[in-house]
Amino acid sequence: MLQFDPAIDFKLLLAVPLIPLFGYAIQIFFGKYLPRKGDWLLLTGMFVAMCITLYMAAKAISAGYAGEEFRHNSLDHGWGFRWLYSDRGSEAGSGNIVAGIFYDGLGAGMLAVVGVVSFFVHLFSVGYMHGDRRYHIFFANISLFTFAMLGLVLSDNLLFLFIFWELMGLMSYLLIGHFSHDPNSPRIKFAASACKKAFLTTRVGDTCLFMGMAILYYKFETLRFTELWELVRVTVEQNGGEYPGWLTAAGLLCLGGTIGKSAQFPLHIWLPDAMEGPTPVSAMIHAATMVAAGVFLTGRLYPVFSPEVLEVAAIAGGVTALFAATIGTTINDIKGVLAYSTISQLGFMVAAVGVGGVVPGMFHMLTHAFFKACLFLCAGSVIHGCHHEQDMRKMGGLRKFMPITFVCMLLSTIAIAGIPLFSGFYSKDQIIAAAFERNMLLPSSTATFVSIALPAAALLTAFYMFRLIFMTFFGTYRGGQAEHHVSLAAAGHAHVGHAHDEHGGGHGHAHGGHGHGGHGHGGHDHAHGGHGNDHSGHGHDHDHGHGGHAHTPHESPLPITLALMVLAFLGVFGGHFWPATPTDPLAHHGTWFQKVVSHDSLYGEKVARFVEARQHHALGPQAVPHDPEHIEHAKHAAHGKAVVVSLSVAGAGILLAALMYLWGKIRPEKVVGVIHPLYELVAHKYYWDEIVNLLVIKPTMALANSLKWIDEKLVDGFVLLVGFTQRAFAFFWAWFDRTIVDGLVNFVGLVSQSLGAITRLVQTGRIQQYAAFAMGGGLLAAAWLILS
Amino acid sequence: MSLGAYVAVSAALFAIGIVTIVTRRNILYVLMGIEMVLNAANINFVAFGRHYGGLPGGGGGLEGKMFAIFTIILAAAEAAVALAIVLNVFQAFNSVKPSEADQLRE
Repeated sequence: MLQFDPAIDFKLLLAVPLIPLFGYAIQIFFGKYLPRKGDWLLLTGMFVAMCITLYMAAKAISAGYAGEEFRHNSLDHGWGFRWLYSDRGSEAGSGNIVAGIFYDGLGAGMLAVVGVVSFFVHLFSVGYMHGDRRYHIFFANISLFTFAMLGLVLSDNLLFLFIFWELMGLMSYLLIGHFSHDPNSPRIKFAASACKKAFLTTRVGDTCLFMGMAILYYKFETLRFTELWELVRVTVEQNGGEYPGWLTAAGLLCLGGTIGKSAQFPLHIWLPDAMEGPTPVSAMIHAATMVAAGVFLTGRLYPVFSPEVLEVAAIAGGVTALFAATIGTTINDIKGVLAYSTISQLGFMVAAVGVGGVVPGMFHMLTHAFFKACLFLCAGSVIHGCHHEQDMRKMGGLRKFMPITFVCMLLSTIAIAGIPLFSGFYSKDQIIAAAFERNMLLPSSTATFVSIALPAAALLTAFYMFRLIFMTFFGTYRGGQAEHHVSLAAAGHAHVGHAHDEHGGGHGHAHGGHGHGGHGHGGHDHAHGGHGNDHSGHGHDHDHGHGGHAHTPHESPLPITLALMVLAFLGVFGGHFWPATPTDPLAHHGTWFQKVVSHDSLYGEKVARFVEARQHHALGPQAVPHDPEHIEHAKHAAHGKAVVVSLSVAGAGILLAALMYLWGKIRPEKVVGVIHPLYELVAHKYYWDEIVNLLVIKPTMALANSLKWIDEKLVDGFVLLVGFTQRAFAFFWAWFDRTIVDGLVNFVGLVSQSLGAITRLVQTGRIQQYAAFAMGGGLLAAAWLILS
Repeated sequence: MSLGAYVAVSAALFAIGIVTIVTRRNILYVLMGIEMVLNAANINFVAFGRHYGGLPGGGGGLEGKMFAIFTIILAAAEAAVALAIVLNVFQAFNSVKPSEADQLRE
């Protein structure tokens, strides 16, 4: 039995985010000069951090299984950082901002997930980014990214969460735009605009969150989560069970932050573009950091959200889940499918919070982190193995070439599709059950919509994920040699030898014709010699021109496959470790997460009763609470129904994908022909980018242009008019000036000029010299003041 | 930590900033030097505010911090204006070296 020991454990927890922070500091200054560009340093650091997070998570889990309360705040033990502090009093509502470490079951789970996924993404990057021009910068940035997420999870107040939140926004900007610094990358422009788009779109949400935070701080004079929950409860109870309007507004604004960060409709547009970043970054953003931060925020602010806000969350989540899933069925880019899949799964989480299932929502966030990280890294491995081909139409039959990647990706796909015994089943099933339960207890159009949209999205999830598997790993390899060359030529790969020449010697892929530079290498001279070569250790992203070597796909090197295998293992067992559990493994209650996280353990007993009463609209004196037996009954019925529904939609989705893409019974082209207009709409992503362009970007530009016109024509015209009148007057005064005044002035001028000629020797016109003189004078004055 | 330590850091930062302003060839570094000097002043504000603040009738120890926040806002405005000037200097002289923009002499 592991006990939480405040004396040591808070220090350990503090070390978790600090390790990557120090790693970043060392890496950014000295990374270039370290052996292997310093990747071993960050890898070791992340390994230690991961071990600490796992050790601490073990404490939380063992406390959860023992049925103990597990919520620790370092401020209760006198451990805090006084950031904005006045001695007006230290109790709640004094306006002080003191940062502490908040560690509860949800934080423990999330911290462990971030630690594990980050470590394996680091490990994967060692193989994948090998030979990159800015290898050390990449590692530095990804470490700081990890630091930001770890800090966010441990924050005990909204302001520090926001600081880490913003830091994450910056790091995502730098990492998505990683290739925009590489002049050899063919997609340099795309990377640059993708990172700009990600930054600006999430900024809309961040601004909302900041305003919501400002309202909360103005009203409550505190931003600590525990105090906020309690104050919200008291405020609502004093208000007769109604949320005041400003609290609803604050909740809506905070939800806006989630919608931006977690890529919910209508701010989802940045996430597919973020695929321009290196694949490990995509895995980080989509699994453990960034988008998870938005969902994590809803978990932390759940008691603050009024029923109206939750309604909005449910609609936004349901719409996002369904429409992103439909888009996912039409994409041919392997990373694009996963991007829309992430948006859809995030929709599940937000909708879960909206229908009152905050625990399933958070659970899905954790399980999703495992299998989505694995899926992305597998996709990276496939892309790496196929020489930077991302189009699934040019893949196929890869299971023979890369068996480890195939097995890992298949396991994760089964997990995301929601097949029993795999982690995704437990969490997704609970979300659908929560939606059904809501619809039974309090039928409303929103609840009905969500409980239809989520199963439909689950069906499409199973369909497009297995479509990906069948197109990529089954059938025959379609990325032929000729095509490969055409695509290389079309992409305009200029072969400027850098990475290969630097590292070529050590990696055993020194092909004969590996000449970079000017001389033409059509590839045929070395194409055949290259097949059997050991490719371990050369990993580049699309910026590196591959000299057309080796045309068969190959399995990835050990750092990559090791990361895949561990994450696939977690993707299978992360929800419920069924081999060790004697109870029914199909039962979707009794998972480790429900032992550790519940309303009580999240928010404390009083606030937990409060949110449950809000859930059943039983706030206020006149409300008629549901009969507890009725609630219990509905819960049971909803769960029974959810299992049946989620099993049948997953099965139907897989069957449909198999019929279309494995056995070829239904020709995809025919289906497209039948539903052509609909397909066009979906394949163009509902024209949402175009709509945003038309509604937001164009008007903004038009406004700026019209303001420019006003400035140029009206303001400048007026100024010119004034100037013209002045000039007319000036002519009149000029002769007076010239004759009388000038005579006088000329005399004075003559005297001044002769004096000035002496003085101007010092005036060199160099402002820095002036600054030095000013500083020297100041020093003399100070010296005189001190000495006299 | 004693007040002296904070003041020492602040003085060091101030000196680095001044040296940067006076010696750098690129006007952008000069701007960075100015930021350092401003931040040196900020550290002083916060340090002295913490050491001597919280007197009866005062702001409860927040005076120094408020000044620091005020300075940060001023610094932001200053940076915006300065960068605009840099752009114009670059257009006029085709260089961002302060030593080449010496028309002030005339």
